[in-house]
Amino acid sequence: MRDIRDYDDIPGTYIMDGAHNRKGYHLNMFCMSLNKQENRDRFAASEADYLQSFPMTEEQREAVLNRDWLRMLQLGGNIYYTFKIAAFDGLTMQHVGAEMSGSNMTVEDFRQMMLEGGRPIDGNRSKSESKLGNQNG
Amino acid sequence: MAIVLRVRASWEIRMAKITAGIGTSHVPAIGAAIDHKKLEQPYWQPFADGIAPAREWMAQHQPDVCIVIFNDHASSFSLELIPTFAIGVADQFAPADEGYGPREVPVVNGHPELAWHVAESLIQDDFDMTIANRLEVDHGCTVPLSILFGEPENWPCKVVPICVNVIQYPPPSGSRCYALGQAIRRAVESFEQDLNVVIFGTGGMSHQLQGERAGVINQPFDRAFLDALVDDPESVAARPHTEYLREAGSEGIELVMWLAMRGAMDKQVDEEYRFMHVPVSNTSYGLTIIKNKL
Repeated sequence: MRDIRDYDDIPGTYIMDGAHNRKGYHLNMFCMSLNKQENRDRFAASEADYLQSFPMTEEQREAVLNRDWLRMLQLGGNIYYTFKIAAFDGLTMQHVGAEMSGSNMTVEDFRQMMLEGGRPIDGNRSKSESKLGNQNG
Repeated sequence: MAIVLRVRASWEIRMAKITAGIGTSHVPAIGAAIDHKKLEQPYWQPFADGIAPAREWMAQHQPDVCIVIFNDHASSFSLELIPTFAIGVADQFAPADEGYGPREVPVVNGHPELAWHVAESLIQDDFDMTIANRLEVDHGCTVPLSILFGEPENWPCKVVPICVNVIQYPPPSGSRCYALGQAIRRAVESFEQDLNVVIFGTGGMSHQLQGERAGVINQPFDRAFLDALVDDPESVAARPHTEYLREAGSEGIELVMWLAMRGAMDKQVDEEYRFMHVPVSNTSYGLTIIKNKL
């Protein structure tokens, strides 16, 4: 465990600090590998086999196979890295955003929320006032 | 034999000059909308209308060089190597494959002579730059070019890319970015070529891509940020990281890069154009063009 930080109080938010980096390094570097077409082809041929070539934890591999976007963050993933899997699947940031919201939000709900000005900041600044899942930290 | 002493009077030397600063978001969806000819769709129409005057301004302004301050998003750099500040000194920077094939936009031409001068000057000025002779540029650099220049066959100016780490915590502080901008200005204005230079600060505005709080937007924060960035940049520079993370969303911290642009301008500036729009993908879009007061 690391020291307590003032940003730990922000709800539903996973800050990529040193501890997070250590936890997610290999998961994120697997995602990074998808920048190359030859690796995308290998991943497409057999996702499970390709994941074995990275020293990730089994939990991380399962989260990738299940496209569990929130779990990936909890296991050290960073959205700029994990989004490469979503791009591989042809998904948009709204798909991933809806699923990470963890409240049975559909993509359409998420799109509509954005059209209406986004998720309100009021009520979502700190864990004490927020009704979001507080699974981070 | 007579020795002829050649003295160049200072008024004969035309130095490079930063003539304007631009702040703009660099959302990848904008690049995709431009590349796939979607700007006329209803979703994009307000955005297209809002950037049109900035494109006209840019067409009039005709910079020789744009210094583009952006962050690499797991494209050229990864967790293997995380430079806080990096400067591209190459002849060319190819568009990066970010996981779905590179954008089909022109290669970005560098200005190695100016870039090396800036790199050396910044390091002498106590900014410990990473020097990149090879750098592929992602949406952080190419989307701002598309926003301001449209879809030319070749980009109409040279580019000096400067990357700021804002993904791995902690990124450089706002005040450090502001000071970097001041040092970039000293570097440019000591370069002995008559160059019209525009500096871009990119990223933001409020947005959060990740976690249960994904989609958070804070328009009052964005408006107040822009107002203060123009009129009282030192107050903005003093803001701590956590204020951005909490108020502008975890990815809203990209806004520190706008301070690097602002630092390269005078304290007193005129804002020539501003446009804000929500939503652009999962973000609050912002654009500003500032010039030093005459």
